[in-house]
Amino acid sequence: MKRTSIRHKPPGAPLTVLPDFCNLGVWLRILVGVNLLGLLWTLAHAPQWSYLPRDFAATALWLEPPLIVLLPLLHLLNAHLGRLSPQLGWGVVTCLALSVVGMQHLLLTSYLAISLANDLLHALFWTGAACFAMRAYFDWRNTLYSPALAEARLLALTARIRPHFLYNSLNAVLGVIRHDPRRAEAALEALSDLFRVLMKENRQLVLLSDEISVARQYLELERLRLGERLRIDWQIDECPPDTLMPPLMLQPLLENAVYHGIEPSPTPAAITIQIGMHGKRIRINIANPVNPGFGNPGNQMALANIRERLMLFYDLEAELAVQEQSGRYTVVVDLPLRQKSNS
Amino acid sequence: MTPLKILIVDDEAPARARLRDLLSDLSATLPHVIVAEAIDGLAALDACTEHAPNVVLTDIRMPRMDGLELAQHLARMPQPPGVIFVTAFDQYAVAAFDLAAIDYLLKPIRATRLAAALEKVRGSTLRAEQLQALAPNGRTQLRSTERGRSLLIPVTDILFLRAEQKYVTAHTRDRDYLLEESLSQLEQEFGEVFVRAHRNCLVARKALAGYVRGQSDEEGEGWLLLLHDSAERVPVSRRQWAQIKILLKA
Repeated sequence: MKRTSIRHKPPGAPLTVLPDFCNLGVWLRILVGVNLLGLLWTLAHAPQWSYLPRDFAATALWLEPPLIVLLPLLHLLNAHLGRLSPQLGWGVVTCLALSVVGMQHLLLTSYLAISLANDLLHALFWTGAACFAMRAYFDWRNTLYSPALAEARLLALTARIRPHFLYNSLNAVLGVIRHDPRRAEAALEALSDLFRVLMKENRQLVLLSDEISVARQYLELERLRLGERLRIDWQIDECPPDTLMPPLMLQPLLENAVYHGIEPSPTPAAITIQIGMHGKRIRINIANPVNPGFGNPGNQMALANIRERLMLFYDLEAELAVQEQSGRYTVVVDLPLRQKSNS
Repeated sequence: MTPLKILIVDDEAPARARLRDLLSDLSATLPHVIVAEAIDGLAALDACTEHAPNVVLTDIRMPRMDGLELAQHLARMPQPPGVIFVTAFDQYAVAAFDLAAIDYLLKPIRATRLAAALEKVRGSTLRAEQLQALAPNGRTQLRSTERGRSLLIPVTDILFLRAEQKYVTAHTRDRDYLLEESLSQLEQEFGEVFVRAHRNCLVARKALAGYVRGQSDEEGEGWLLLLHDSAERVPVSRRQWAQIKILLKA
């Protein structure tokens, strides 16, 4: 868990970090990486182009069984491996890979009496090479997404709010200040709370309940401007109280929904927010009505921005999808459950 | 000095309240009367017909009809009012306003800026050409008034426009609407969308379906246009036939 969140690291620290073997993205990368190496190896050894598919199939037969054993094994050992230093961790991983390949070799030769084109040493050599290559790949990726860089990107991605919202809100506060000073006070307090959150360094996952209260404060401000035109339908299922999610994700999605769904609508309209648990995952649905003639209903920038932040926090394990049907535009965010107690 | 007649247009109640407050602060130096407030462009058009304001202070993003569309409708009135746009933040619009020398105020509005804009706009009107750069495709909706109420007809719904006596009628799939505009002005504004078939008729280019030989009151024996979604057959004048034929073949 720790390795997926973005931690602060002193500059110049070695970037060798053992990947999180519980992460689906890491599995996928190992599978693709090893098979790609297999393909390269076959390419180098194939006598003729036309033999390539056949030869690659033969190589794959050699590659897949050890991978099928090794990946679940690493998954099980992930917590223990995480406690070792990265160098030692990679050493253990390499030894495991070598023994799995060695065992496969022994099994096939002695019990099934299959004669092998490659001898044991050969197989072990290439296994070691594959481990080294994967380590180099993950190191390179870590440099690319190094905590410092990822953090800078994360901060750059989060620190955006539509100026449209800020200036309209300030104008609305000025509009009520003479006739309803208390309302103006409350609005300024909400605005300063919201900006406190916006200006924080949002590099850690935050509590779902905190995210919801930021969203409520934001919607309160929008209600000052839009009055009865804005209706909100909250549908929050029971979630563990210490459920975590990325900071400032609901607010920009709601801002989109208000901008495209409520502001252009001639009649009062509703935004529906559903938050629920589906097994070990959290699903968030935000739906708003579509207004024909008002162009593209989603702000592609905001969505791309959130997708990139999900990638930084969860790699491939989170998903953001957009649907438009029967006059409603829905953004669906699907996150793996993370909890404060075990992070 | 006769007081300035002002119309306030904004879909947000606090924004309208803010303008009222500021205007009341300015009343000593700038005599004025707020003749009406409207919540969107369409309501503003009705208010303009009823109250004939000198100046319209309008927001840009609004439901039903936005501020730019409103300004285009206003610019075609017999005695158009001056228009000042009020916007929270709209980089592109603001850059275009500067280019077209159109007055605008940024929210939150300052009293001094408001006073300066009102002084400047007094007696001047926004010309349709100034708006050309902001909305190169012209209006997206036309207005028809029935029993004192405004109706909006999306330009894309119109199959053909026909001049009859004093009025122009816009024909859509479902019904006809009376417009208070001239056919030649419409042709100038929507040359990309409509093509002239006859001295008294413009046809939507995308509605052209085919042609038959037939009789008409206007042309006698000649070509008649068949239109998608309409049983009406529109006569083509001999002069326009060559151009229409190319469009039909394309």
